[in-house]
Amino acid sequence: MISLFARGFDRSTTAFILVILGLAVAVPLLNLMLPPESLFHVPVYIVSLWGKYASYAILALSIDLIWGYCGILSLGHGAFFALGGYAMGMYLMRQIGTRGVYANPILPDFMVFLNWDHLPFYWWGFNWFAYAAVMVVLVPGLLAFVFGWFAFRSRVTGVYLSIITQALTFALMLGFFRNNFGFGGNNGLTDFKDVLGFNVQAAGTRGALFAITCVVLAAALMMCRALVTSKFGKVLIAIRDAESRTRFLGYKVESYKLLVFTLSACMAGVAGALYVPQVGIINPSEFAPANSIEEAIWVAVGGRGTLTGAILGAVVVNYGKTYFTSGVLAPYWLFVLGGLFVGVTLLLPRGIVGTILHLWSGRRRPDTPDPDPQPVGEPAPAE
Amino acid sequence: MDERETSALLYLDGVTVSFDGFRALNELSFTIDPGEMRAVIGPNGAGKTTMMDVVTGKTRPETGDVLFDGIHRLTDLYESDIAELGIGRKFQKPTVFESHTVEDNLRLALKADRRARAALTWHDNVDEVTRIDRLFETIRLGALRSRLAGSLSHGQKQWLEIGMLLAQEPKLLLVDEPVAGMTDAETHQTAELLREINRERTVVVVEHDMTFVRALDVKVTVPGAARSEMPRSACAAP
Repeated sequence: MISLFARGFDRSTTAFILVILGLAVAVPLLNLMLPPESLFHVPVYIVSLWGKYASYAILALSIDLIWGYCGILSLGHGAFFALGGYAMGMYLMRQIGTRGVYANPILPDFMVFLNWDHLPFYWWGFNWFAYAAVMVVLVPGLLAFVFGWFAFRSRVTGVYLSIITQALTFALMLGFFRNNFGFGGNNGLTDFKDVLGFNVQAAGTRGALFAITCVVLAAALMMCRALVTSKFGKVLIAIRDAESRTRFLGYKVESYKLLVFTLSACMAGVAGALYVPQVGIINPSEFAPANSIEEAIWVAVGGRGTLTGAILGAVVVNYGKTYFTSGVLAPYWLFVLGGLFVGVTLLLPRGIVGTILHLWSGRRRPDTPDPDPQPVGEPAPAE
Repeated sequence: MDERETSALLYLDGVTVSFDGFRALNELSFTIDPGEMRAVIGPNGAGKTTMMDVVTGKTRPETGDVLFDGIHRLTDLYESDIAELGIGRKFQKPTVFESHTVEDNLRLALKADRRARAALTWHDNVDEVTRIDRLFETIRLGALRSRLAGSLSHGQKQWLEIGMLLAQEPKLLLVDEPVAGMTDAETHQTAELLREINRERTVVVVEHDMTFVRALDVKVTVPGAARSEMPRSACAAP
């Protein structure tokens, strides 16, 4: 296992990890240590905004792991992200206690409003952080395992798999929109006060949440890199490129896919859990199919099968989204997004990082087919 | 384990496969003895590839029995289980992992624990490198070991795939049209290579290049033969 993690550090990954960890320290410090009038002061909303980008980057990483390396295009990964987010939101709701509008010590406001007299059983335990933290990983992981078990066993692949993942997230969205589902209906969960006893609005908490998200992102990147450079990763790439060949070599393709899909869903759940306290709300629109499609676009823009590209794509596209949707250009964001996807597919099919890596490796070692291959001699007798 | 039902390594009895009413295989029966090399010939659509699909578990026959090593009923198993029993298959179109290096292609094919857990804890080891080196001696692609498999020529890919088959250390090799698209010299070398492989392993070669089949100089099976009573219109279908 040690050798597995040692492989997590190649040069570009190490550089990326150092930058992420540097930001994890620098951004909160520039927010807390410098006076607001200083040129280098980072306002608190920026800290949370970049914390949101960092949690999106973890989500993008989880999509790249299955799409870029195993060829599984999930257009429903937003569902796992949202489920992790809801698990965290439920914990945060229980922390409100008597400070809610209705001051009910047990029931969240929306349940009092709906005249419920007791907490539904699936809310039990969410007043403990440790329990919520386990659920953040367990619920998306379990759903992905059951979903994947049926889908991969029935050999659903390609566009058909993408469509049923869309259906999965759509069905969950419809469910979570219902008031009697017990998750706050279309308002979702919000009005959070504390996380682990710290005020979620305080600058210090925001900085800490940002730093934690960055550390988790760095750890996730390292884990994914270790995974894809191991033999396990080589098998994933083999499945992506020639699934039936891999099967005829004796690999149980279904188990590999199921394992990586479940792992990816767990990562997405963690991303969602880090996202919720920083944006202060989780509602059913997070399950919207369009969100999941947008998430795939981040990865495509950054570069599939590069990991670092997924992170870059998530940050670049979301920075663009913030930029475009907060000005006179707001009505045109969807056109920009659509144009970006078409443009990247046509002009930059490898994505940003993929193109850079390709040009870089092309300069060092041409991988293009040799136009005039040297004769390799006669095959020698087998022993 | 004295339940062997036959001494043959591969035993097919009355295997029938139809696709949408078209009989791709009709009551096909034959046996392959251990250590044998067999050529399967016949025109396009005679069911040669379907026969391989049945043996490797890709297609389930409607009727008939397929036994491997006298005890394993292949019609009940998945592709990966059949591969682990020791049946290697080379596809008609050379199928290698194009974005892996030539060496990694062989490494993935080496006979080893195929479970995900083993793949996660795997690390470089001398034994593997020795086995890979030995394979390179056989298929003569050693100079290209760090090249991406996608950049190989057609013939080199065919040999790499044969190397991957050998790496699995199968008891039975199924080779589908190994010389399609090869030059005469490459065809000759491939026949040589297969004959050498046959010293240790049982080989079934599907081919319709008659020069090549003649060069192999082995027993021949014609799967279409049992179908001669079929209406001509069915035989003419693709």
